[in-house]
Amino acid sequence: MIRFENVSKTYPRSSQPALRGVSLDIERGEFVFLVGQSGSGKSTLMRLILREERVTSGNVLVAGRELSTLPNRKVPELRREIGTVFQDFRLLPNKNVFQNVAFALQVLGKPRHTIKAVVPETLEMVGLDGKENRLPHELSGGEQQRVAIARAFVNKPAILLADEPTGNLDPTTSLDIVRLLDRINRTGTTIVMATHDDEIVDQLRKRVVELNNGELIRDQHRGVYGAQR
Amino acid sequence: MRLQFILSEIWIGLRRNLSMATSVALVTMVSVLFLGLGVLSQRQVDTMKDYWYDRVQVSIFLCTAKSDLPNCSAGAVTDAQRKAIRGQLDAMKPLVKSVFPESQQQAYDRLKEQYKDSPSYRDIKPEQMPESFRVQLSDPTKYDVITSSFIGAPGVGDVQDQRRILDPLFNVLRGLSYGALSLAGLMVLCSVLLVATTIRQTAFSRRRETGIMRLVGASAFIIQLPFILETLVATMVGTALALGLLWAMVKYGIGYLADKLPINFITTADVLTVSPWLVAIAAGLAMLTAWFTLRRYLRV
Ligand SMILES: Nc1ncnc2c1ncn2[C@@H]1O[C@H](COP(=O)(O)OP(=O)(O)O)[C@@H](O)[C@H]1O
Ligand SMILES: [Mg+2]
Repeated sequence: MIRFENVSKTYPRSSQPALRGVSLDIERGEFVFLVGQSGSGKSTLMRLILREERVTSGNVLVAGRELSTLPNRKVPELRREIGTVFQDFRLLPNKNVFQNVAFALQVLGKPRHTIKAVVPETLEMVGLDGKENRLPHELSGGEQQRVAIARAFVNKPAILLADEPTGNLDPTTSLDIVRLLDRINRTGTTIVMATHDDEIVDQLRKRVVELNNGELIRDQHRGVYGAQR
Repeated sequence: MRLQFILSEIWIGLRRNLSMATSVALVTMVSVLFLGLGVLSQRQVDTMKDYWYDRVQVSIFLCTAKSDLPNCSAGAVTDAQRKAIRGQLDAMKPLVKSVFPESQQQAYDRLKEQYKDSPSYRDIKPEQMPESFRVQLSDPTKYDVITSSFIGAPGVGDVQDQRRILDPLFNVLRGLSYGALSLAGLMVLCSVLLVATTIRQTAFSRRRETGIMRLVGASAFIIQLPFILETLVATMVGTALALGLLWAMVKYGIGYLADKLPINFITTADVLTVSPWLVAIAAGLAMLTAWFTLRRYLRV
């Protein structure tokens, strides 16, 4: 589903590469934790998958597309196969829960009856039924993140990227969010989650990929947060 | 994207950005107003020119017995000379549309009629008035042909073109209308810059929305569409106001003058003729500016 072939990325106006020689293969339906210190290149790796950024060298393949040769006009199509969730939720403050989720379908031109059917279904799945009419500021952090997950998932993407989705949440809420991601994973969606949260990683025992200073230093199935000693 | 969704997004956008949209509409209104005034005043000059040029004549004045004109030293025009001039004029059809001979007595009567209250011409006698051929041309701009053919010809005292009196007036009017057009050009430049700045600001204040649109895979066109349509709505409101003002100015301002003065004036029909062009210019510039600005300031 996602393949990195000896990928390096150096940002313009930056001397240090953010990623160096990363090779990685993520199969359809996998759940991968991406761990590493702040600044190790986790977000950069996700931006490359979304083609928000381009590689400096190497090759990235996502959902059967080679991103270095993908023309700009095809990028929206790629992004429709990827849902994205961030630490800061990124909800639209003046739209309610329903509208925030529906927005993702509306801008893709989905018909109204589809939206009316799919949005409540997705909200129920993330555990937000009954809160359709709340505005983001009337929700807790965990609930806001559920809205963001619903928005990322409502179009049934093949891949869900979550960049430190629990970074702003307390431990119990964080665990709930990851369980939700786990449930989404079981519907066949490939999930890549960048995180700092050792407890969560240790508890779920999923594949762990660790970056350090832009280099991939560990790729472990059923791994834990810290390197095993 | 569903039409209803687009319309509601635009409505929300315009409402949230009301002061900016208003300023875009007003500046557009002023520029289109000036542009319209410039174009309409050009049409006014053309209208007047058509009207007057149709009526102006070239006069070929013949020698009188006591004329001091250099070409008249031989004395009054002879019958043979008169016939020759007439024949030559008739041969110049179709440039020469018609010829009206005016005798000394007719010239005298006309003078008396025109200046009946003025004492300065009281002592003048019919013999002092020059006899003339008044020539109407099919193309009034070609009066040179007449002048060069007849000036200095035997029996011809002078050739005069009435256009020479009118042209300075037209030049002044033409100059004024070019002034209005240059002012309009400046105002249009202002509007373009304002629209560009407004779009930049709006793109910045909506970076969260556009960011989400990008992430969920909305096409560049859909991301840019609300900006373009909002700009279009604001500029079209301004243009409509300007056209309304122009129409009212011509209908009531010029209409009032036209009732009082014996001059041909433009009418609201002229406003209707130029309106589509003004709309096209305003809409075209707005979209072009939006497109350029978005390409620079909106990541898609
Ligand atoms: N837009 C950017 N321009 C320049 N350098 C950047 C940019 N984004 C990230 N970096 C640098 O790239 C490295 C990796 O950053 P990032 O991928 O955000 O790490 P992480 O998400 O693991 O904290 C850091 O050294 C960071 O300073
Ligand atoms: Mg990061």
